[in-house]
Amino acid sequence: MTGQSGTGRRPDGAAFIIAALLAGFGAVLLWDASTIPDRGGYAGIGPAAMPKVVGWGLIVLAAATFLGAFRGRLADVPRQNPVPLILIGGGLVLQIALLNVVGFSLATGILFAATAAAFGKRNLLVTLPIGTALAFGLYGLFDGILRLNLPGGLLETLIYGG
Amino acid sequence: MSTFDFLLQGLGTAMQPMILMYALIGVTLGTAVGVLPGIGPALTVALLLPVTYGLDPAGSLIMFAGIYYGGMYGGSTTSILLNTPGESASIVTALEGNRMAKAGRGGPALATAAVGSFVAGLLATLALAFLAPHIVKLALVFGPREYFALMMLAFVTVAAAFGESTLKGLTSLFIGLGLATIGIDGLTGQARMSFGVPQLLDGIEVTTLAVAMFALGECLFVAAQTHGLHDKVEAIKGSVKMTAADWRRSWPAWLRGSAIGFPIGAMPAGGADIASFLSYGTEKRMSKHPDEFGHGAIEGVAGPEAANNAAAAGTLVPLLTLGLPTTATAAIMLAGFQQFGLQPGPLLFATAPQLVWGLIASLLIANVMLLILNLPLIRFWVMLLRIPRPWLYAGILMFATLGTIGVNPSPVELTMLLIFGFLGYGLRLYGYPIAPVVVGLILGPMAEQQLRRALAIAQGDWTTLVSTPLSASLLAIAALALVVPMLLRLRGKGQVLAQIAGDSD
Repeated sequence: MTGQSGTGRRPDGAAFIIAALLAGFGAVLLWDASTIPDRGGYAGIGPAAMPKVVGWGLIVLAAATFLGAFRGRLADVPRQNPVPLILIGGGLVLQIALLNVVGFSLATGILFAATAAAFGKRNLLVTLPIGTALAFGLYGLFDGILRLNLPGGLLETLIYGG
Repeated sequence: MSTFDFLLQGLGTAMQPMILMYALIGVTLGTAVGVLPGIGPALTVALLLPVTYGLDPAGSLIMFAGIYYGGMYGGSTTSILLNTPGESASIVTALEGNRMAKAGRGGPALATAAVGSFVAGLLATLALAFLAPHIVKLALVFGPREYFALMMLAFVTVAAAFGESTLKGLTSLFIGLGLATIGIDGLTGQARMSFGVPQLLDGIEVTTLAVAMFALGECLFVAAQTHGLHDKVEAIKGSVKMTAADWRRSWPAWLRGSAIGFPIGAMPAGGADIASFLSYGTEKRMSKHPDEFGHGAIEGVAGPEAANNAAAAGTLVPLLTLGLPTTATAAIMLAGFQQFGLQPGPLLFATAPQLVWGLIASLLIANVMLLILNLPLIRFWVMLLRIPRPWLYAGILMFATLGTIGVNPSPVELTMLLIFGFLGYGLRLYGYPIAPVVVGLILGPMAEQQLRRALAIAQGDWTTLVSTPLSASLLAIAALALVVPMLLRLRGKGQVLAQIAGDSD
């Protein structure tokens, strides 16, 4: 809590969502633990013990968050602009989807351009080639010299010879 | 052999040209990430982990340690000139340092920070060298229950002792602990939380989580702010030389800062940010010029900068001697050791003395390199602050995905990166600390195994956990560290703790 004990404030909606997510995670842990055949052996506790403890812990924390929501705001959150989030998230999704189709350089160039756009550089004709060229250089450095296994595409095969 | 002989031997290792080069790369990168706001040493080490798979273990680890030290040096530059801390341990430096820069005394502020970091780094590294063998001897009597108690203490101090809210710290920790159960149980081979997805059987990669939370989460957070960030870089006016009065006022602060920072780093009592805050408070109380605090008192820069470097060196004590990471950076460095099949702890001093002592000796050399990088070359680093944000963050994300793709080019891994990135953004948005998630992921399975081993040895008798004075007192301290701050916050004294919030490093 950020200290301001709200008198007459509305309950914090975000806190309810966070509490629900925490409780959900806890419940999944408990459900999964219940499917584990738990033979304690000498220790008396087996592989299911830890998920159970963490699961219950998360549920308790969720309850505390839920109750705290009535007492004041969880945090003073400044207004967020969703467009950059969508741009960066979309860039990553495109990169993941295209990685094995067009190769590392082009896919990462797309991510680079999307991120630059999220920060205000929206001229794709500039950012996309720069990003692709940088990624291409990194590919040569890491795949060639440091033997990291990066997925190559047409571009990489043509120039570095696969 | 005495510590001194080992250290000389280590210097022999450290002086090899290749090792010197790794150290130089490390401190240069470290300074750069320290200077750049928004990326810290934890993230940088995480980004480099996959890249160093094919490299020499000793060299890579020396590079990582160099990054950690360098980050502590570089952070001060940003704090002083930009009033935006480059990493969390430099938050306090901004208080006085930026005032000094505004008053045209940015040069001496940078100088006292750099020399103070050097003095503290040197003293603390020597303290590390002389303390480590003793702790190793002590650690040999440690059994599973003592390790478990130590880890409980580390959990509490990382998650709950400092920061604005115990609830939020513990929530972050438990998210990390929950994620840690994904994969195969280390003791029985039982698959947990894998839902039939084979890729999940390997568990969550520490690097993926750290890169996602620190790099992607930070990028998303900065990008989504509607009001633009107005940063004004203060120019360094005049010389970086300190006057005789500056020296006279700085050196006691450096020594006090080192004395405060090292123990805090060495005991699992939190990271460099806490040390720097305590040092600031001490300087403010001890100063002969209390009226200058808030208007650019040089002690307020000298002390905290010395303290955060000393604490960084102190953090290496539990990491190297016990295998116990107490900060996010140390946690990721532990992953670095494990990547090369090395397990830090008392045995490492016996099985790989060359590596350990080479590492410690390299830190002494790295310190000298850092002093040179940060004093005569300071103007070069200031130029880094002028990289436009679009290019900077686009470059960071490019590297972030490069590392993840390099380890495991599967869509599952990248999807995890995406999910954890947005999780990191959400945590940041609502003021949840990130470090406990990473520490929970790494220490969680270790604590679980030690607990189950301890109980197996005692045939399921839980009182074994408190049956030795050492483990009992460690658990008692952990309990106190959990309860006392909660009481303080209830009584409205939480602001002080909130200010000592451990953020990322």
